[in-house]
Amino acid sequence: MASVPRSFLLLSIIPTILILCADFACCNTGRKTGDGLDTDFSGFSVPLEHSFEVDDVSRFRMRGALQLRGGRETSVSLSQSQLSEEDRNTLKEVAAVDGLYKIRVPRVSLTDRQTERQMDGYLTAFVRACSLVESHLSDVITLHTDVSGYLIGVSIVTIPGACRGTEVEDEVDLEAFNTTLTIIVPTNAPQPETALFIERMDIEHEKRGKPQEQKSFFAKYWYLILGGAIFLMASSSAQPSAGGAEEQQS
Amino acid sequence: MKPPAKMSKPTSLFVIFFSLFVMSEAVFEDQVGKFDWRQQYVGKTLFAHFDSHSQSSKKLFLATDKNIFASFNSRTGELFWRHVDKAGPEGTIDILLLHGQDALMVVGGGRLLRSWDTNMGGLNWEAVLDTGSFQAACFVAMQDTVKHVAVLKKAAISLHYLTNGHQKWVENLPDSDTVQYQAVYSGGEEEVYVLGVVPNSHLTIIAYSLEDGEIIKQRSVEAPWLSSVESSCVVVGHGVLMCVDTATLALYALPIQSLDLEVSPGFQPVLVSSQPHPARSPISEFFLQLGPDHHVLLQLNADGYTIAPLRDFQPAFLVSFSTTGEKTVAAVMTPKNETVKKKKNVACAINLFSADSGRRLLDTTVIFPLDLNGGKPFKLYVHAFLKKDDSVGYRVLVQTQDHALTFIQQPGRVVWTREEALADVVTMEMVDLPLTGTQAELEGEFGKKADGLFPMVLKRLSSQVILLQAWLAHLWKLFYEARKPHGQVKNEVTIETLSRDEFNLQKMMVMVTASGKLFGIDSKSGSILWKHYLENVQPNAVFKLIVQRTTAHFPHPPQCTLLIKDKDTGLASLHVFNPIFGRKSHIAPPALPRPILQSLLLPVIDQDYAKVLLLVDDQYKVTAFPSTKNVLQQLQEMASSIFFYLIRSDQGNLSGFRLRKDLSTERIWEVVLPTEVQKIVAVNGKRPNEHVHSQGRVMGDRSVLYKYLNPNLLAVVTESTDAHPERAFVGVFLVDGVTGRIIHEAVQRKARGPVHFVHSENWVVYEYWNTKSRRNEFSVLELFEGTELYNSTVFSSLDRPHLPQVLQQTYIFPSPITTMEATLTEKGITSRHLLVGLPSGAILSLPKMFLDPRRPEVVTEHSREENLIPYAPEMPIRTEWFINYNQTVARVKGIYTAPSGLESTCLVVAYGLDIYQTRVYPSKQFDVLKDDYDYVLISSVLFALFFATMISKRLAQVKLLNRAWR
Repeated sequence: MASVPRSFLLLSIIPTILILCADFACCNTGRKTGDGLDTDFSGFSVPLEHSFEVDDVSRFRMRGALQLRGGRETSVSLSQSQLSEEDRNTLKEVAAVDGLYKIRVPRVSLTDRQTERQMDGYLTAFVRACSLVESHLSDVITLHTDVSGYLIGVSIVTIPGACRGTEVEDEVDLEAFNTTLTIIVPTNAPQPETALFIERMDIEHEKRGKPQEQKSFFAKYWYLILGGAIFLMASSSAQPSAGGAEEQQS
Repeated sequence: MKPPAKMSKPTSLFVIFFSLFVMSEAVFEDQVGKFDWRQQYVGKTLFAHFDSHSQSSKKLFLATDKNIFASFNSRTGELFWRHVDKAGPEGTIDILLLHGQDALMVVGGGRLLRSWDTNMGGLNWEAVLDTGSFQAACFVAMQDTVKHVAVLKKAAISLHYLTNGHQKWVENLPDSDTVQYQAVYSGGEEEVYVLGVVPNSHLTIIAYSLEDGEIIKQRSVEAPWLSSVESSCVVVGHGVLMCVDTATLALYALPIQSLDLEVSPGFQPVLVSSQPHPARSPISEFFLQLGPDHHVLLQLNADGYTIAPLRDFQPAFLVSFSTTGEKTVAAVMTPKNETVKKKKNVACAINLFSADSGRRLLDTTVIFPLDLNGGKPFKLYVHAFLKKDDSVGYRVLVQTQDHALTFIQQPGRVVWTREEALADVVTMEMVDLPLTGTQAELEGEFGKKADGLFPMVLKRLSSQVILLQAWLAHLWKLFYEARKPHGQVKNEVTIETLSRDEFNLQKMMVMVTASGKLFGIDSKSGSILWKHYLENVQPNAVFKLIVQRTTAHFPHPPQCTLLIKDKDTGLASLHVFNPIFGRKSHIAPPALPRPILQSLLLPVIDQDYAKVLLLVDDQYKVTAFPSTKNVLQQLQEMASSIFFYLIRSDQGNLSGFRLRKDLSTERIWEVVLPTEVQKIVAVNGKRPNEHVHSQGRVMGDRSVLYKYLNPNLLAVVTESTDAHPERAFVGVFLVDGVTGRIIHEAVQRKARGPVHFVHSENWVVYEYWNTKSRRNEFSVLELFEGTELYNSTVFSSLDRPHLPQVLQQTYIFPSPITTMEATLTEKGITSRHLLVGLPSGAILSLPKMFLDPRRPEVVTEHSREENLIPYAPEMPIRTEWFINYNQTVARVKGIYTAPSGLESTCLVVAYGLDIYQTRVYPSKQFDVLKDDYDYVLISSVLFALFFATMISKRLAQVKLLNRAWR
């Protein structure tokens, strides 16, 4: 058991070294590596805004800042401030009328920082305000990216997610967010597993194939054929009389 | 070593077992055509010719817009043969010429020249033509025999032998960049004339020598009034080109002559002439159409300069020439009643006129009944023949605007009608048939509100009496008809006798075709019970058929709504009708002044049991239909729980909205897929009428794996914009339609569309093209909640914080596919099959069991317990799985499945060029006794057992008594 952390440490060092090597080795091949260097160390931040209004008209305010780190290992962290007294009250009021709590992040790319293409528009998601209140502001925010690193969607859920109508007495519960932040990249769908299947078939064949060596048809059944031929010859010489007798009977 | 060796044997046994299990699905020979039917269509007719080769010929040749060349039996309307060419511009039929036994066809915009044998439908020869867009073609005759065909392209003319298609010569046309060559003509001389025009400037006539293609003559005629030869010129008489000047209405017979004729304002005059035989000149009579219902028969006099009007036809919709022997006749279609619009029974009369004199021929009137629910007559094809007494008889083929063909014989008998609009079905629904009178009576009894005990008893008694009466009548009918031969008893299905059968296996198929004609088809026999032609439907319209009220709500009639949306403008209109009778409903649909983005059918019903349809316009305002007070009130109450989504695939934008109390909407979520990377190609939710019987799957260790059954889940399929085979990909996103949460996001690398997919229950199956391995592959995604349910009583998208587990597996499929659908049954107990339409026209019923991501790589005790098939990368195609045996469905476009009253049975309709209806039993007929079930044996055994028990009981009693005495 003790060896596990050590090897883990080692393993975690190796990629870093490799990355550095790669970065140094191909500095002049393109912008991507330089870009990777840049983002690896600095990252960038985008605002995370939220809106909760009794009349359900969106008015987004700052909730915190998302620290995004692109490159090979995308990571994300969130720094956010506490809810003010006024916000807490509004949130409770919104929860009372079953309003929505919405969040939004601007559309950005995690990898393509150099072009700095400002994409217009936001990605929006919502959760029922009452479930946020009842879960004591413990939410899970998930950022989804596509294959090329663009943010395509954001989602927010609370744990627990249900609205049971329980009153939140303690004001302290509504002060700070207890946020779990994850970033999800698309998974690669599997290809047909031909190699494994063939391997398995080969193993099965080997197991089965050895004792039964492939012999030719005649080599296998020569005695049967010979026996059959002899029998036929014997019976054909005996047949005329028997067949004739049968015919007479019928 | 030993245990695995053991294991391999059960594995193979296992496979054999499963193959046996699914093998027994094929149709038995005596079942062919019992539960299924197929109808073959050809599409809208472009060219039609009668076989005039022999007098008694029954053949009719058609070339259609669906790239089909077909031959019909003109007596019955049945198909002799048809040739289905490639779809799209590659197979378009540019022209069809008929001469004797040869049918000549130019295909694919002048790509190929084909000759068919009209007798058998075999291909005589095929010649590849030089590139260039096709303009015209005609037969070229020499000394009264037709030996060549001339094909005019944009910049060249070529002459081909009729016998083998070899090119005799090809010549480039002079000044083809300025002159538009549009017509080719041959009148039996040694020359071929090519006519070209420089619009509004002059006309060019070039005469080529038939022998070697040399230019014999070249003439240019000033014609500043002429813009197109094709539309305004015909050749009449001995090589006289007759053109009509649309601006001044002068007939230019080169030289010019002006006539005192009046043309309808805004109408382009049309000339119609006839060349009975390619070896001879066209006849010198011709028609001039001056208005939509005004024709004039004119004659070019022998001097070739003067034109004399023979007869004026007004009103006359359609005219056509036909020749038999030496006689040429003109057929004219006129409206029968003067008050066309007021009279209900509108008919048209067709009369025959002698072409050379303009006299009406006696006893040639044919009445053509005009279907009120059909389109107007569009084209007339006349086949004239000489009767024994040397008078002219004729048959007419009338093509109407709704693509229907009607064949009429003298005296006014409609021999057959073909509804060719059905060759292009866009969408369809199956509606339950209404109950019979007695059933409805019973339904009505329970449907009404209770009003006291005594009236209820009375009502019950009366309905029982009615039932008894009906039963007695039925018995009497059986008794009465028992002595008749069997064939006569079989009564025709008509709209009046329609009623639901015991297991709801017979339904009404409501089909919407691209031409805007609606059909009601009986699913059992395939006969068309009603039709309704919607006029003014744009050719690029998008249809959505919605069943608002089923037949279950007697006495309210069932109600279907067709949303017709113009693809370009987005403006929509609603057509509300009764799906059983096809009649337009008296309910006025709401006016929709703004483009419609989305329509959704709510489970909310109004007081008349019609489901509420919401239409969202481009300002995100919502219109409800029906919009009664009751509905609006209900909508207000539940507004906060009505969510809907909109997809803008051009912007890659998916967004969700929530309804507000004032029927406005608010945007609540937004997901954007950058269009630079991928574009959305398809979005599919689940079918609302789908039932899932089991919540989970029992695994080998007796624990339960619960399915993730989210009714709001959307499957979004994207394709990469990068088409490079190494970088191309297909993306599959599972998005919750209420919260906008991306449930799963998978990328199939090195893959390309077209993607076909089915989304149902807790799974998505999609098919794509693998660019690296160059093959088609099937992939299946299944979603599970895990071994514990989060909330087992109710599913809410708003309260499901944990993401489901997603399992996925991919298989090789050995064939491309054209469409895919899953079977659907009443309660969802029956196992599912995928119905896959293959390009060959076969429909494959693929058990979902083969598409299961839990198929194990290595067989274990648990997986065997669970009946999982071991993983094999290739998906088999077994011919027994073809549900349509040899009844192939050409160009299958869609498959529709509907549940029946029997849980085991699913009704399937495959449509494309053909329509095929059948039933499938994915888990075999587990709820039906077999046909050969031995009732006598079972009941006799039962009785015997019963009596044996009685006797043995008696005997035992006696024995006990005896023993007690002892």
